[in-house]
Amino acid sequence: MILLINDKPNETNAANLAGLVAELNIEGAFALALNENFIPKNQYAETPITENDRIEIVAPMQGG
Amino acid sequence: MTQPNKTPTEKTPTELDDAQLNRFSRQILLSDIDYAGQLKLAQSHALVIGLGGLGSPAALYLAAAGLGQLTLVDFDQVDDSNLQRQIIHNEQRIGQNKAESAAHTLAQLNHFCQTHVISHQLENEALDALIQQVDIVLDCSDNFETRYALNQACLKARKPLVSGAAIRWEGQLTTYDFRHDDSPCYECLYKPGTSNDQSCSRNGVVSPLVGMVGSMQAMEAIKALIGLPTLVGKLLLIDGLTMQFRQFNLKQDPHCIQCQKK
Ligand SMILES: [Zn+2]
Repeated sequence: MILLINDKPNETNAANLAGLVAELNIEGAFALALNENFIPKNQYAETPITENDRIEIVAPMQGG
Repeated sequence: MTQPNKTPTEKTPTELDDAQLNRFSRQILLSDIDYAGQLKLAQSHALVIGLGGLGSPAALYLAAAGLGQLTLVDFDQVDDSNLQRQIIHNEQRIGQNKAESAAHTLAQLNHFCQTHVISHQLENEALDALIQQVDIVLDCSDNFETRYALNQACLKARKPLVSGAAIRWEGQLTTYDFRHDDSPCYECLYKPGTSNDQSCSRNGVVSPLVGMVGSMQAMEAIKALIGLPTLVGKLLLIDGLTMQFRQFNLKQDPHCIQCQKK
């Protein structure tokens, strides 16, 4: 299945956000939006993903 | 034309005088602001945390736009390498405290705006007391510790918090409006814990990016004070390289530890 992750097509076998996050092996703190909606971390396992979903992974910035 | 007040007082103004009507005429012309909105700004007190890249344009625009009072907090000194983007300071201010330097610049810009300078680090209790006295807080800081502390303090005091951050070519902006029960908070978005070092000193930052984000923080603050729509419930991601501006919906996390304290 193909997803758009930060605007780039990505192949995944994951069925939900928890599986996707495990697959991507993201380092450090992050927030994740599915089709322009941020999803709280404890809802990842129950949030299914489907073909062509748009995933945005955003890192916190301290810069000011 | 009458003379402007030479010495602004602590008292909340109940009307705008002729000099203020003239100075702020271009804003009063806007129907969404009008006399009532401009008077509201004159009666308002904003707290600007950090007078660096974001705080420079934010404080300049808030003072120019007619905020009645600004409290400026920064314990750092102006360094030569800051002047590339921290435009409230100048070459003569190198070595001076940033909050003091900023207050100097603002005094020359708008004598109607009263400034208060805090040039030391604030502990939790002092921060809580300070936030009680203001109407809105702008997070223009450069570290996560301050970002989490401001989020908690504003949530507790139910004051709006305009949160901006910028590195490289990228910026993030939103308003957490704790006057409303359903507002998300910074911890709904980012849980504290292991964070990468996303700071300007390590990653670099292109000068006008902080101008874009800091100016938009002032814009959000003005709207929040007047009661106009803000970015509450949306995170704006700004990419200065592609010039893409994208909004993402951010709801309160029902399991957020901070929001549960409300
Ligand atoms: Zn929260």
